[in-house]
Amino acid sequence: MTPSGHAAASADTHQNWIPLRETATREVFELMLSCQLTPDSVMDESGMNVTAMVGLGGQLCGVITVRCNNTAAVLMASKMLGLPVEKVGQDFSDAIGEVCNMVAGNFKNKIAGLSDGCMLSPPSVITGSDYSLHSLADSPGLQTRMLFENLPVIVTLQIHS
Amino acid sequence: MSIRALIVDDSSVMRKIVERSLRQAGIDLSDVLQAGNGAEALSMLKDGAVDLILCDINMPVMDGIEFIKQLPSIENAKNVPVVMITTEGSEAHVVQALSCGARGYIRKPFTPEQVKEHVVPVLGGKV
Repeated sequence: MTPSGHAAASADTHQNWIPLRETATREVFELMLSCQLTPDSVMDESGMNVTAMVGLGGQLCGVITVRCNNTAAVLMASKMLGLPVEKVGQDFSDAIGEVCNMVAGNFKNKIAGLSDGCMLSPPSVITGSDYSLHSLADSPGLQTRMLFENLPVIVTLQIHS
Repeated sequence: MSIRALIVDDSSVMRKIVERSLRQAGIDLSDVLQAGNGAEALSMLKDGAVDLILCDINMPVMDGIEFIKQLPSIENAKNVPVVMITTEGSEAHVVQALSCGARGYIRKPFTPEQVKEHVVPVLGGKV
């Protein structure tokens, strides 16, 4: 994915939201998938061919994306549904969409005063990696990389100031 | 005593997760109906009664708030407890849902224990 946007003066202000977003993501994986996420410092984004997106509108505008490879997306669905990976089928896209939706909802609920004034779009899921995302978000993406069962997952928040 | 539940959510994965959570919470389910939006759920309720409704808020066609507003017009659905399960955690949404007749409110993400905590009280003596 190639994010498109402009650097914004408010970017620094949003840096303190990174821990909140990390916590929001960890809680979703712990409660819904019974999995602990671990830090990932490797910056390799190859093979990230599943992207879930949820838009934020209102007092906070932007987009949250969750990206991973197909194996991780299927494993997420498997753990959420309590099914063996071979029985997941096409449910993986619905599953990662719901993961992104819960991360976005959990994140905005953690920001004092924002919950009532920020709405979420339904999740969208893209499979494939050869695309560019053009959003109104004008801040550089705040990215968190974590490992889910040793598979990289990237959560990005882009904000429209 | 086993119960008949209706789960309303536009995500089929989430419907399955909610059903799984109910079973993990020890709720004895005789039957589980699933609907993708409020309108579909109302149509199902016209054909048969349920003991419990678990409902998302943000859905296409008819959202969860409009659905619970229309429930009293369905003979089979009068007095059936509704518990909302949604990512919308704002106080305004909680107040709106409860004032429209919801008996409980669970925020996603959730655990089977949280589902039990909210569902068992509204079922009264049925479990």
